[in-house]
Amino acid sequence: MQLARVIGDVVMTRKDEHLTGIKLLLVQPLTPGREPAGRPLVAVDSVGAGVGEEVFFVRGREASFPFYPAEPPVDAGIVGIVDHWDLG
Amino acid sequence: MQIARVIGTVVSTQKNKKFEGAKLMLVQPLNMDDTPRGHALIAVDGVGAGVDEKVLVVLEGRAAGEALGKKAAPVDAAIIGIIDTVTIDGD
Repeated sequence: MQLARVIGDVVMTRKDEHLTGIKLLLVQPLTPGREPAGRPLVAVDSVGAGVGEEVFFVRGREASFPFYPAEPPVDAGIVGIVDHWDLG
Repeated sequence: MQIARVIGTVVSTQKNKKFEGAKLMLVQPLNMDDTPRGHALIAVDGVGAGVDEKVLVVLEGRAAGEALGKKAAPVDAAIIGIIDTVTIDGD
């Protein structure tokens, strides 16, 4: 998983039928120092995240698991809203 | 798998229920000379690792889910061991 900030959302009308009702957010991966870590990407949301929040997201087919038994064709998904992190 | 160092912990209240009870650790992948390689990531901890420890991280969903002990968990990385030593031929 990776830390990220939600920086926007994506709306689609014509889409894969398995994406119906699923929220798509634009996320910027972050370093623990809150610097951008690579390019932004689109992730599905299953935890009620919103723009400006710090979240963590999972990559790969596991991103579809929160929607089980539906299997949306996605490769990144927000799975938690971060309260805070602490560096040793 | 990848060798990494635990650099911190992540606290999340609102999260997928499969993460309940799991420890979320920030880990920094390492090169063979212990310098950082790439960006830090979040791994679930299956072995009781602590900050500053050198660990072995699996970066694959099914394996990470097994380490967490939960089926169909939306995870892609897990700490599966605390490294005692790494010996490279020629050292």
